Amino acid sequence: MRTNLLRRLTLHLILLLGVVFSIFPFYWMIVMATNTTSDIYRYPPKLTFGSELLTNIAHVFEKIPFFAAMANTAVVAVATTALVLFFDSLAAFSFAKFDFPGRRVLFGLLLGMFMLPAQLALIPQFVVMVKLGWAGQLQALIVPAAANAFGIFWMRQYISRAVPDELLDAARLDGCGFLRQYWYVALPAIRPGLAFLGIYTFIAAWNDYVWPLIVLVDPDRLTLQVALSQLNRSYGQDYSMIMSGALLAVAPLVVVFVLFARGFIADAVKGAIRG
Amino acid sequence: MSAAAPRTRRSKRSYWPQYLAISPFFVIFAAFGLFPVLFSLYLAFHRWNGLGEMEFVGLDQFRFLVEDSTFWLALRNTFAIWFLSTVPTLCFALVIAAMLNSAVRFTSVYRVAYFVPNITSLVAVAIFFGAVFSTNFGLVNAFLQTAGLPVVEWLTDPFGMKIAVASVMTWQWTGYNAIIYLAGMQAIPSDLYEAAKVDGAGPVQAFFRITVPMLRPIILFTVIVSTVNGLQSFTESQVLFGSNTTLNPNTGGPGQGALTMVLYFYHQAFDNRDFGYGAAISWAVFLVIVLFAVINWRLVQRRASE
Repeated sequence: MRTNLLRRLTLHLILLLGVVFSIFPFYWMIVMATNTTSDIYRYPPKLTFGSELLTNIAHVFEKIPFFAAMANTAVVAVATTALVLFFDSLAAFSFAKFDFPGRRVLFGLLLGMFMLPAQLALIPQFVVMVKLGWAGQLQALIVPAAANAFGIFWMRQYISRAVPDELLDAARLDGCGFLRQYWYVALPAIRPGLAFLGIYTFIAAWNDYVWPLIVLVDPDRLTLQVALSQLNRSYGQDYSMIMSGALLAVAPLVVVFVLFARGFIADAVKGAIRG
Repeated sequence: MSAAAPRTRRSKRSYWPQYLAISPFFVIFAAFGLFPVLFSLYLAFHRWNGLGEMEFVGLDQFRFLVEDSTFWLALRNTFAIWFLSTVPTLCFALVIAAMLNSAVRFTSVYRVAYFVPNITSLVAVAIFFGAVFSTNFGLVNAFLQTAGLPVVEWLTDPFGMKIAVASVMTWQWTGYNAIIYLAGMQAIPSDLYEAAKVDGAGPVQAFFRITVPMLRPIILFTVIVSTVNGLQSFTESQVLFGSNTTLNPNTGGPGQGALTMVLYFYHQAFDNRDFGYGAAISWAVFLVIVLFAVINWRLVQRRASE
């Protein structure tokens, strides 16, 4: 009995050590963001929170248009998420519950598109955006991301299980067309699936870096990640200022994530293993 | 099946709602996916700065690529970083998952704590690791100093630079992989372990004789994913070594020690405006990834079936 307890205790101690590694960067980010840079440059380093957070944040606001960047990021993330939820679930509903000529081939084509590495398309994508006059505009981030293969693939799995055929047949007998079946039968049944895909898309859009870095050529219209990276390039030695900026960019997402995490992680694992 | 009859009759008349429903994806993909990929293949046989006339140069870009020592350096760097991050990531993940699997309490709290790094902005994380690995003021060197060990110039030494980049990736992906392994472990029937216990096998033996072989397909999946992701690493190096060289900002830091293949692609395409060469590099990267993923797949499959 005692050895069993001892074993369980060691188990949890090791697991907690892992948690410390996983969480430590957030703690240390706050330490750096709440102290002055000279405090951080001391040896031995200061390990506790300070009271300089607001001063540091004020420095960030002087250097970059932080709120504008955050607003841009929010617009892109919200618009992308809304479009992805609508387009992906609609397409997934069609693939999951209807038989139409070419369905298999089209779905196979869609799966094949997963495999293409993103950087292959980057140069021509940029050229296309310049030609359209969208370079530097937020729609250059939103439109290409408005529907994606992963979301359709994942939602199709979800809809096959979550939407009963009997209900659809009943709706059909009542004279409901495709759109009304989608709206009144499918949508209510797939809300949890939409929640997962929505959080997933929002996080991806919020953290996206490579494409915004390339296409946002107007220095007055940047997303948070690009603005943060530029701040780091120009004032990289001012750790306390940089870290307060990083903290502001990370915190909203982490809070939202921790609130919704349980169901999200389970769905993410399901998606990963099936994919 | 009686209810299926009206469905087929009606849909025979017209399928346009179904096609309309799937069309946004295919329209977007054609415009921003398929066309760009084909166009980039076309570009790889040309010289173009994005503004003037396109000039057909045949295989010149690829000939140049084969003799470009910077590309080969980037290839070696990428593989070194991939190895330094994937091996610890997947090993730690397996061990964490095994422990989570035998811990009865608090697993959902652990799962959230281990998953959070994966949703954290890579730019912020890379900036953070830059501060932690700083030679004079970083936490890692302060720790080494306290332990009486010599400090390391993490951000200027070619090997130290790769460790710094690999640490970012390891931190971000260990928990994610652990939770995937955990899901796989929970699907292993428990009577296998009971039978092993009866035969006198300890937990370590059970781990290597039962858990690892049973997880084979999932381990294969994580190896492939980490190969595809790791060989395309860009942001870590671009952010960590962005401020050191203001004149040439995207060349992978001192001695180009952290220059990865995709960072080199970005530098040629968007700093130097050499679209033709950039396209050629991106196709070379694609080839390397496909080749290496196939090799890995073969290796893991054979190793597991032995």
